[in-house]
Amino acid sequence: MEHAVSLDDARLVKALRARDERAFEELMRMYNASLLRVAQIYVASRTVAEEVVQETWIGVFNGIDRFETRSSLKTWIFRILTNIAKTRGQREGRTVPFSALERPDAVPEAAVDADRFLSPDHERWPGHWASKPEPWPEERLLAAETRELVDRAIEQLPPAQRAVISLRDVEGWSSEETRNALGVSETNQRVLLHRARSKVRQALEDYLMESQ
Amino acid sequence: MSTSIEQLSCQELVELVTNYLEDALAQEERDSFEHHIAGCTGCHEYVRQMRQTIELTGRLTTADVSPEVEAKLLAVFRDWKSR
Repeated sequence: MEHAVSLDDARLVKALRARDERAFEELMRMYNASLLRVAQIYVASRTVAEEVVQETWIGVFNGIDRFETRSSLKTWIFRILTNIAKTRGQREGRTVPFSALERPDAVPEAAVDADRFLSPDHERWPGHWASKPEPWPEERLLAAETRELVDRAIEQLPPAQRAVISLRDVEGWSSEETRNALGVSETNQRVLLHRARSKVRQALEDYLMESQ
Repeated sequence: MSTSIEQLSCQELVELVTNYLEDALAQEERDSFEHHIAGCTGCHEYVRQMRQTIELTGRLTTADVSPEVEAKLLAVFRDWKSR
């Protein structure tokens, strides 16, 4: 079997096995925020999500001596998290996250409101833009307020969409890493990412074009 | 030539943007997507805005671990270490 563990992983695993506090601090800074976001897909409150993350770290400590190199450290840590979070979610009687992750397109969601387009029965241009997107003012794109708006738009997404866009576009994870961390199929990961990005784009358009 | 825009409407195109950017379209769909955006200013701009959105999102930084959470987790770590 191929070893999936990078040099960096090998160093962190060795240090953590030696109970090196700096190794844990490093891991915590790398993954804690993402762990919390993923936990929030499965449990209702932030408090419970924080408990799940804490239990995950305990699971990491208790399991690190037996950690094998078949998966990356990241994948292994997130697998511990999803197991704990799922159990907690089930105990809370939550069923939403499973449909959100396993059947994200059960409820259709358009990337752009239908009223932006001409009717599908339009004689000449069915489904063509009725009001097409106009270029955004470049100078406002990089403003701090615009960044805050993006941050807020992401916070308002449903948890599964928020987790996917956070891992993929904020953290820069690959689709494979994201898929492994969440335990979702490639297709569902893409559906969630599409919806998340589409909503953030819409929020940006609303904000940047309101005063135009 | 001009049939392509009729084949793929703008309303359909916006739903394919992520698949396009993720390189997950079949060759035929990809061709018709690219043909459409080459001739449609609205969709061309839309795809550009999706790229700008991704780029802006990538400029956000991950929230730092709060001092309280950090202290709590370090206590958990030390508890494990002392066992």
